[in-house]
Amino acid sequence: MALQSLDIKARSATTTPSPHVRIEGAIPVAKLIDISKCIGCKACQVACMEWNDLRDEVGTNVGVYDNPRDLTDQSWTVMRFSEVEVEQGRLEWLIRKDGCMHCADPGCLKACPSPGAIVQYSNGIVDFHEENCIGCGYCITGCPFNIPRISKKDNKAYKCTLCSDRVGVGLEPACVKTCPTGAIVFGSKIDMIHHAEGRIADLKERGYSNAGLYDPQGVGGTHVMYVLQHGDKPELYANLPKDPSISPLVSLWKGITKPLMNFGIGLAVFAGFFHFVTVGPKLVPDEEADADDPPPPADPSRAYDPARPLSTRSDHE
Amino acid sequence: MSRWIHRYSAGERSNHWAVAISFVLAALSGIALFHPAFFFLSHLFGGGTWDRILHPYIGVFLALVFILLALRFWRRNVIRPRDREWMRHMGDELHNRDERMPETGKYNGGQKVLFWTVVMLIPILLLTGIVIWRPWFAPAFPLVVLRIAVLIHAVVAWLMILAIIVHVYAALWVKGSVRAMTRGTVSPAWAKHHHRAWYRELTGK
Repeated sequence: MALQSLDIKARSATTTPSPHVRIEGAIPVAKLIDISKCIGCKACQVACMEWNDLRDEVGTNVGVYDNPRDLTDQSWTVMRFSEVEVEQGRLEWLIRKDGCMHCADPGCLKACPSPGAIVQYSNGIVDFHEENCIGCGYCITGCPFNIPRISKKDNKAYKCTLCSDRVGVGLEPACVKTCPTGAIVFGSKIDMIHHAEGRIADLKERGYSNAGLYDPQGVGGTHVMYVLQHGDKPELYANLPKDPSISPLVSLWKGITKPLMNFGIGLAVFAGFFHFVTVGPKLVPDEEADADDPPPPADPSRAYDPARPLSTRSDHE
Repeated sequence: MSRWIHRYSAGERSNHWAVAISFVLAALSGIALFHPAFFFLSHLFGGGTWDRILHPYIGVFLALVFILLALRFWRRNVIRPRDREWMRHMGDELHNRDERMPETGKYNGGQKVLFWTVVMLIPILLLTGIVIWRPWFAPAFPLVVLRIAVLIHAVVAWLMILAIIVHVYAALWVKGSVRAMTRGTVSPAWAKHHHRAWYRELTGK
């Protein structure tokens, strides 16, 4: 569902401009997740289910707090619990709320072959429009964070919408509203970066000298950012990629190959056509054909006779 | 006309056209997902979702009928020294300087190269296609394998389309060839001119 108040910055499999008539567009927004404040209560998971009307299947306990174990078509955000010995004898429990990062350069959108199945609003939200989704899974191939999930029920891809329906009418995402510790905040991206700077300064004072903001530039920055106590080692947080970017394989597949291949196919067709009209068809020479199939009796009136002047030959009938 | 030379049996012709039709359907439904400019082709198959559903089944059917075709034709397509010689005269062939072309058997060097090209490409398309086939097989593979498979699938499909453009053009260009695959016969003059060694083998002349 396209939101009128949000202009469209990019639209999957679309080569003409998308609606973006407003001069300023929308203010880029961001959700900031401060991992140092997260207590792992999963209220955000519940709020997400509630607002989006999703109910995952009840799973089984596998001995860790992660529940559900992974993102699904019904669970657009999950808490990932990592027990990490950050240094000898110092155990830390790092809890990361995983979900779509809303990349400024979204690999899913780049990979999607279906027009309008994925849109990026001018405020930065990357949204799936499932009514246009064809279920090919290319978005999964394109995503550097392994986020989209295809439903077994309808074979459509689902993920966090950053509550685009709420944001479009001036509300914060459901997970932000519900977070009891203020670990998740939402606002303009600039404000969120400022807010993060304050938090990082505070963490540094408390001994986390490598605290930092996770806003990876490899994907053009993200509209979901983390404050990490160990900003130098994002992998500690359930393998958060250190320097994510769209895979070169995907860039190659969806980049230069597309125009080149179209050009190649067009060229082959044109080459054939022009070969035909210049060199001409390959015929069996008359004398060989004659050897097998005697020609019909010649029409004497049309035979070439050097004795007759050209003008008297019946070339024009 | 009783003097037509027999070139393809009804079984061979049916097999060829089963491959041809399924290839065209696979190419149209595949290219619809390759570039937005061709997405409209998905409507021939009932829309994007139907396109995504049908394409892999068409592909598997294509691979199966192609295997049958390859089994029928491979012996006649073994590359021999005279085919290499033919390939060296490719420029003469393209400029219709047929008198400079070496003798050929049932297939010339170009036809044989096309045959083996397709023999190589179809299995690659089948295997990479199975890897990226949703919802059935793709979830079983790691992301990096999917990325490699989808790229190879696109590039090989492109080569395949180019190969078939060449094949179709050659059939239209060399007059009297299409008949071989529609009626199963060619004129003696055609056989003698284009496939001298094969003609001699058949007629002793």
